[in-house]
Amino acid sequence: MKGLIGRKVGMTRLFVDGVSVPVTVIKAGPCVVVQKKTAETDGYNAIQLGFEEVPERKVNKPMLGHFTRAKVKPHRILKEFRVDNPDEYEVGQVIDVSIFSEGEYVDVTGWSKGRGFAGAMKRWGFSGGPRSHGSKFHRGLGSTGQHTEPARTFKGKKMPGRYGNERVTILNLQVVKIDKENNLIAVKGGVPGARGGLVLIRSAKRPRK
Amino acid sequence: MDALIRAIEGDQIRKDIPEFRPGDTVRVHVRVVEGGKERTQIFEGVVMKIRGSGMGKSFTVRRIASGGVGVERIFPFNSPAVKKVEVIRKGKVRRAKLYYIRNIRGKLRIKERRD
Repeated sequence: MKGLIGRKVGMTRLFVDGVSVPVTVIKAGPCVVVQKKTAETDGYNAIQLGFEEVPERKVNKPMLGHFTRAKVKPHRILKEFRVDNPDEYEVGQVIDVSIFSEGEYVDVTGWSKGRGFAGAMKRWGFSGGPRSHGSKFHRGLGSTGQHTEPARTFKGKKMPGRYGNERVTILNLQVVKIDKENNLIAVKGGVPGARGGLVLIRSAKRPRK
Repeated sequence: MDALIRAIEGDQIRKDIPEFRPGDTVRVHVRVVEGGKERTQIFEGVVMKIRGSGMGKSFTVRRIASGGVGVERIFPFNSPAVKKVEVIRKGKVRRAKLYYIRNIRGKLRIKERRD
């Protein structure tokens, strides 16, 4: 599986075959292979990628040791990507957007925008009540259960609470355009998170037939 | 951040569309695909509004079709379907959005702009 770390830049639209396509622009890579994990030593096969170089003073001593062992510069972000065969990669190898091609499908993981303590309407899409005509019930969630039987509110009842700021993966986004010069990749549709947020791009796990 | 979006839009931003303003009369050549065949359709009318910027920029053209029915079409500036735009007449108006022309009964009169 191919993977890359990036940051969301923003959205725009591109014309593909005369049709306007909404795209999200992601600045992805270049990433450096910092560590290889194999089934023998770690129990699973993966590569660890580093993204966004930082000065040495920004990392602590244990991390600096980790980077020096791999003979790479310190990076701000380290993420693992499961691969079938880690031997295809070398420690110190640089991976950039050219691993993906236009028209290919990818899965994009991001961290959604935090919405704080949100009500049931925003968090669960409840319909709420009438806004006017003398109604005194506006954005509440309504009943939370029955009466004497079961005499309690069931666990997992959809209620107000913390919403957003969670890891979300969007499956099967088509790669519309790749700009190798600027390390940019444009995928069709939206991607979770705010502009400047961290995103992980992987080749599609369950591609459409 | 914005510069990177401009970079990916790259050559899709069109520079061959002439400059025009609301109130101008334009002739838009539109590519129409009909039953696998391609032809050019011409839509002529008054530019009612120009909105947006970058890739999403668009303009609305209004004309009175047969039977006195007003027809408005919205064209994206950067759409490849817009083959050519000709400016027929420059109009002098005091609004950026000419919504009032929808309510004009009879002939629409816009003064000629000289500049």
